[in-house]
Order: sequence, then structure tokens, then C-alpha cells
Amino acid sequence: MTRHLRHAVVFCALLLVALLVNATRIQVFQAQAYDDNPANRRQSIARYGQPRGDILVGGEPVTGSRDSGDRLRYERTYRDGPLYAPVTGFASQEYGTTFLEEAEDGVLSGTDPMLSGFPLWNDFIRAQSPGGDVVTTLDRAAQEAAYEGLAGRKGAVAAVEPSTGRILALVSAPSYDPAALSGNGPAVARSWARLNGDADKPMLNRAVRQTYPPGSTFKVVTAAAALDSGVVTDLDAPTDSPAPYTLPGTRTSLTNDADGCEDVSMRTAFEWSCNTVFAKLGVAVGVEDMVATAQAFGFNDAGLRIPFSVAESTFDTSVDKAQLALSSIGQYNTRATPLQMAMVSAAVANGGQVRLPHLVERRTRAGGTTIATTGSRPLRQAMHPSTAVRLKELMRDVVTEGTGMNAAIPGATVGGKTGTAQHGIGNSGTPYAWFVSWAQGGRDMTPKVAVAVVVEDADADRGEISGGGDAAPIARAVMAAVLGSPAGGGR
Amino acid sequence: MIKAGSTVAPADAPAPAVRLPRRRGIELALIVLAVLLSVYGYCDVGLAKNGTVPPGAAGYGAGLGVLALVAHLAVRFRAPCADPLLLPIGVLLNGLGLVLIYRLDLETPGDRAAPTQLVWSTLGVALFIVTVLLLRDHRLLQRYAYVCVVAALVLLTLPILFPAVNGARIWIRIAGFSIQPGEFAKVLLAVFFAAYLAANRNALAYTGRRVWRLQFPTGRVLGPIVTIWLLSVGVLVLERDLGTSLLFFGLFVVLLYVATGRVGWLAVGLLLAALGAVAVGWLEPHVHNRVEDWLHPFASIEAGQGPNQLAQSLFAFAAGGMLGTGLGLGHSILIGFAVKSDFILATAGEELGLAGLSAIFLLYGLLVERGYRAGLALRDPFGRLLAVGLASIVALQVFVIAGGVTGLIPLTGMAMPFLAQGGSSVVTNWAIVALLIRVSDQARGQYQNQDQYEAEGRV
Repeated sequence: MTRHLRHAVVFCALLLVALLVNATRIQVFQAQAYDDNPANRRQSIARYGQPRGDILVGGEPVTGSRDSGDRLRYERTYRDGPLYAPVTGFASQEYGTTFLEEAEDGVLSGTDPMLSGFPLWNDFIRAQSPGGDVVTTLDRAAQEAAYEGLAGRKGAVAAVEPSTGRILALVSAPSYDPAALSGNGPAVARSWARLNGDADKPMLNRAVRQTYPPGSTFKVVTAAAALDSGVVTDLDAPTDSPAPYTLPGTRTSLTNDADGCEDVSMRTAFEWSCNTVFAKLGVAVGVEDMVATAQAFGFNDAGLRIPFSVAESTFDTSVDKAQLALSSIGQYNTRATPLQMAMVSAAVANGGQVRLPHLVERRTRAGGTTIATTGSRPLRQAMHPSTAVRLKELMRDVVTEGTGMNAAIPGATVGGKTGTAQHGIGNSGTPYAWFVSWAQGGRDMTPKVAVAVVVEDADADRGEISGGGDAAPIARAVMAAVLGSPAGGGR
Repeated sequence: MIKAGSTVAPADAPAPAVRLPRRRGIELALIVLAVLLSVYGYCDVGLAKNGTVPPGAAGYGAGLGVLALVAHLAVRFRAPCADPLLLPIGVLLNGLGLVLIYRLDLETPGDRAAPTQLVWSTLGVALFIVTVLLLRDHRLLQRYAYVCVVAALVLLTLPILFPAVNGARIWIRIAGFSIQPGEFAKVLLAVFFAAYLAANRNALAYTGRRVWRLQFPTGRVLGPIVTIWLLSVGVLVLERDLGTSLLFFGLFVVLLYVATGRVGWLAVGLLLAALGAVAVGWLEPHVHNRVEDWLHPFASIEAGQGPNQLAQSLFAFAAGGMLGTGLGLGHSILIGFAVKSDFILATAGEELGLAGLSAIFLLYGLLVERGYRAGLALRDPFGRLLAVGLASIVALQVFVIAGGVTGLIPLTGMAMPFLAQGGSSVVTNWAIVALLIRVSDQARGQYQNQDQYEAEGRV
């Protein structure tokens, strides 16, 4: 009996070992897979168990957190949600995150290892760092000016500081309140369905995620290429261009909106936006140099992050001469985001140098200690400095006596370029009104702001819509806000 | 008067040649430790959830301490040679169970289970004390083997008269209390099996016919026991309580094997198990579902219906990892229904981690080992089989439910001994510990007290 009793002991010992081995399997070896299972709500519970860090504009948080008392405890709130939506994006318990909420999620949700003083120890004791804050480069006054300027219209504004690449304003209209998506439950699902079904696409970030044909504003790039390559050496010399201009190799004839473009100088052609002159200049520069210049400005770069990704602006690299002619006046396959056109204007204002734009100034712990600062961003020479000087002159002329007089600010030096881009099959689509510009205050050493404005207004007559009429006043308001505000002018 | 840890015998008693230490002082020290650990856990829950020590901490500690102390005194006076680990393990597991239930109560403010559980624990310890005080010799039970089996069958049949709760007819409700009579029947059946097998083991082992290399017993000795077993299992299948059914079957096979040493019994047992499994699987669709859940715990997630209980339980264990989240900081409440009873181990696994879970398993292992040790030391077959039976009940029950909630075997509803919410279960477990105390007292005391007993005419 004793022997068999010992067998029973061994049997029970085996049961114990089986339990221990299985517990180890689940709790150690399979633990990660179970933790990461999408049906396991623990990660969400931990994520929403503490208030999310804030996004700051001008030292003031534009976001907040609300204790809902539910299992997923804290919900995102927004101050001036629609105003900052293209920057903050949304942070939804149901639908994830977008834009800064997405790109800076590690800091905001407290999971970034930089936030904890002793990361390994904190992992060991399972301490969760409180969410850190993200300080943006936005200028509140410029953002508000751009938002008010676009009120009731469809369009976008991007403004950058030319010398640093700091983004001062990023507005898309129509906008939406991201707070409607913060929580979970049927109300949020309804908001989600409504916003996605809206024909005006309020959740589309037109400033960085939508590309438009840049139209005449692209002539800045073409002019830079022509001056850099030596095709044009004297701004005031006749350019030997016919009007209308027959596209090479075709019988299509290109005309101008303005009269008197035949054989004019580059200065005049730029001032009055002569398509024929710049189409011919583009062909004279050639595909290789046109592409090189466009890419130096930032075209054909799918990798730009500010820190969220920006849609790729394109300049077609394999084109025949006719296509190159159209591409050079911002048509055919040339497309640009408003932010890209702001970079073009900023390059002119900054002596030909392109600073990559960025939206985050620094990231801090909950207490305010800085954990990371956005250092000096990479630099690209888009054109020769002397070319930049001459282009500044051309752009200044546009505002003082050309199509962009609506952008003039008393006491400041302003340069700009209008654009009216036609699109659609046979130009049947509503044209887009463009304006790109830069401004330098009376006491500033360098230009303080570069802006790109696009207005797509479905209600206006085709004739009425024009860069100078619709877009330039918005650009002026944004530039005036930057020059007038201490944050923009004094830094 | 015998004092704790005393090594000095009364002056007039003859000094025994071999004397096992009684270790009552160690028992007391371990009980104090167990109570302190439980109170610490209780405070920890309060601190983690609300940032303050819960207001009832002192009362809880005092209550548990007094109960444990009275039990200790009963053991000291009436079972002085008993194994010193049994009572502290019982106190610690019961205290820990109360902490876990209290912790889960904080998530379900409308449904508080801890106060009721404390009342039942008190009743359990009272039963323990009464058993230790009144039952002076376990052999007394042998005389009541057939009373036990009749009582067990009545208890098993009783719930059929009451409405089903949560799909199983295993509860009876009297005056607001719900009782699970099958829990008590376990102990009674163990007593009966032990008594019957002790009396008939030679007939079972050495008569009967031989088929190939296996010895099968005659129908005359086998008849009664198989009848009883079939009855109990049949009742359980009717009541849809498969965990207990599995437990009875395992208990039956283990005791038969230990009593007779015949491998043939294992063969018969496994054959019966296979037949039973097929029959139950055929008769009961929800058993089939349990097996499916076990094989594919995440099937409901893939089907878009969200995680089922077992998946949630696995998530809880995984969230615990090596060291656990800490008491009060886990989310095992996501398991939902039965989180305080069948799935209580998931809370322990999540909040105490693999370290805490292993400690709990080892505590059970130690309890079982102490039972077997008493069985090995005893000389009378009934005592041996009783000790083995009681220890096996604990071992099998822990394995069935712990294996179920960790996905090792198909899940069958059953209470984790001492930890889980359930009054009948706690009372039964205290009865088991009381009987083990009694048996181990006999086992450890039989050598040293022989002369004394004979002198006092108590044999």
C-alpha cells in the first residue's frame, strides 16, 4: 500500500508541475502576445487611465482631458477645436489618433521612455509616466487670422518662418471639432459617420495632405531655374517669346489672361503672370534643370515629416517639351501642397535656402522640464543667393504694382505671387486661387514670414476667382499678424 | 497541561525513547505570519485603490486573528501532535481569498461578497474547532461509512428539487443563503470510499479473474462501489456539474489504486472515463462547447464577438507577468461573471504575478503533501485511505479549476479551495483540514503517545 501511495504522491506532484509549467507558459512566454491581442482592453485602459499630455500654442494648452468616470477614464478635450484641428488632429478612444496626436503619441500618452528618469526601473515597478506636453511653433495670432480669413470657404493656409522653418500657421477649411471623436459610444460613432460622409471633407487637412495644381505661383520656381541656369541674365531684357505660344511639337496654342505679353521682359512677365513667357523659359531651361530646381525646393519628396507626414508635391520628371512647358507654369502633372508653396516663398525670402518645416518646438515632461528640442533642421540650397535677391525684387514688384497689390502692408516689405490654377478635364473644374508671399517688418533684418494661401471656392464665378482677389487679403492678414505679434516679430 | 514547543515532559510521565517535536509554537508563529500577510494584503488593496488604509482593516485583522487563534488553541489542546503546517496554510489561503474577494468587491459596489464570505469562513473555522474538539479518533468515522454514503446521496439529490441557477442545479436556497450540498458530499464520499476499501481491499486485490495481464475483481465486491459511483456521477450529470463529477471520478480511481495496487483499476478507470466523456459529450452540448473553447480560446474574438471568459482569464494571467501588477491594480474584473468564484485565480495571477501564483500553488502542494505524509505514517488502512482521499480531493480540485482557468484542460466550474467565493466550499475545506489535523495527530502521535495512551487506557 505504501508503494502505491507513493505513486499517488508522484501523480499529484506531476499535476503540480503541470500547473506551474502552464502558468509560466502563459505569464512569461505568451504574455506579450496576449497583452498585444486587440481584444485585450488592458492597453486601452492603461492608456486612458491618466490624463493625456497637452499640445501648447503660445504657452497655452489648446487641449485638455476630461475624467469621464468610465473604464476608459480620460477623454480628450479641445479648446478652439476647429481652429487647431489640422495641427492637433484627434485622439479618439474608438478611432485612434491623427496628426500631432498621432506623431507625438508617445510623449502625450506617457509611454515615451524619455519621460521617465529611470526607464528600466520604471518598467520593473510598472510605473507609468504622466503624459508630457508638446510645445508647437504656431503663432496664435497668425493661426486665428488665417482661420478667420478662410471662414465660410474651402481652402488652406500654411505659414512658415523662413530663417528657421518653424510653422507659424496651418489652417484648413472647412474644419471640425475633434472633441466630437474623443470618447467612445454611439454619439462618437455618429460623429465619425457624419464627418466622413460630409461632401466638404472637413477632416481633410488641406494644408499638408491635399495637393493642388500650383498654377502661376509655380512661376517662382521656373524663374529661379531660368536665372540659375543663365537662360535669363537680365531681368529687364526682352525674352524673345511669342504670344500666343505654340507648345513645341504640337499645334496647341497657349494664351495669356493678360494682354501685352509678347516679347516682354522677365520682370513684366512675372508682374503680369504671362504664361507664354514662362512656358517658353521652362522649355529653354530643360527638363534636367527644371527638375533639379523643383526638387531642391522640396518637390518629389515623399518623406517630409513635420512630424506627421506631408503629401508629396510633384513635378513630373519624364515629360516631352510640350508637357514641360505646361509643367513650368504649374499645370500638367505639377501639384503642390500649400505647405510646399510656403516653402518656395520662404526659400526666396531666406536667400535661396530651404529650411525643412517643423511644427514642434520642444517636448516637455508634465512638470515642464524640456526633454527634447527640435534642433536646427536640415538646410537645402534651392537657388543661388543672387538669384534669390533678384526673385525677391520680382515678388516685391508684384505687390507694389502687379497682381498682388491686395497683400501690401504699410511699413513692411512684402513680396508675393498670385496664381489661378485651372484643373479638371478641359479646365472644367472650379479654378483654385493661390497666393504665395513673404513679409519683412520695417525693423526686421530678414523676412519674418512666408505664406501660401489656396482658396477653392465652388460658389464663385470662374472669372471672379483670382489669387490677387481672394487669396491675397488672407495672406496679408496672416503676415500682418506675424509682424504685429510679439511671438512672431521678436524671436 | 502541555505547553507550546515544550520539550520538558511532565515530571511523573516516563520519558519516551523517540519523541517527535510537537511544533505547536511554530504553528502559532506561522499563523501570526499568515494573519499579518492577509492584513497586509487588505491594507495594500485599500492603499492602491483609494490611497488610504481601508477602515475595516483593524477589525478584519482582529477577526481573522481571533478565529485562527481559537483554532490554534483547539489544536493545541485536542490534537497536540498534529502537523504544524496544516492550520497556517488554511488560514493564509482563506485570508488571501478574503482579500481577493474584497478587492473585487471594490469594482462591483452593488454586489459585495466579502462580508458573506467572512461569515462563512467563521462558520468553517467553527466547524473545524468542533471537529477537532469532538472527534477524538478518526476511526470513529469508519463505523458511520454507510450513514455517510446515504447522507452524501441525499445531499447530491437535494438540489434537483430546486430551480437551476446559471444552468446548473447544484444550489439550494434557504432563507437567503445559497448552499451547494455537493461540496459537503465530497468529504462524506471520501469517508465512505476509505472505509469500504479498507474493509474490502484484500478481496478486491486478490480475487477475481485475470484477463491478459490485468486482474479484474469479482462482481460481488465491485458491485456496491460501482453502483454508488454511478449514482453519484449520474446525479451530477443530471445537475450539469461536471467539475465535481470529474473530481469524484478521480478520487474513486486514486483510492482504488492506493488500496489495491492493481493497474487493472487504472485501466478500468480510464475506460470508464473515456466512455463517460463520450456519453457526456454526446448528451451535453455545453460540454462540447467547453472543449471547443479550450482548443480555440480566441475563436469568439476571431468571430467578432469579443473575448470570452477563458480568453479574458488568459489575458489577466498574461497581464500579471512575472511579478504582477500589484493588488488592486489589475483589471481581472473584465472576466465578468464568476470572477470572484471560479475565476478568482485569474485575479491572483494578474495582481500577484507568476511569483504569487506559484506561491499559491506551492501552498496547495504543501497542504496535499502533508496529507499524504500523514497517510504514509499511519498504520491503519482506513486512516491511510482517508488521508489520501482528503488530500486528493484538494489536489484534484485545484488541478481541475486551476488547469481550467489557465487553459491547460477544458474549463469546468468549480471553486478554488479556500480562495473562491462560496460558503459551502469554505466550510467543506475547513472540515477537510480538521480531518487532516486529526489524522496527522494520530500519525505523529502514535509513536510517542503509545505508552501514554496505554497508561490512560485510551487505545
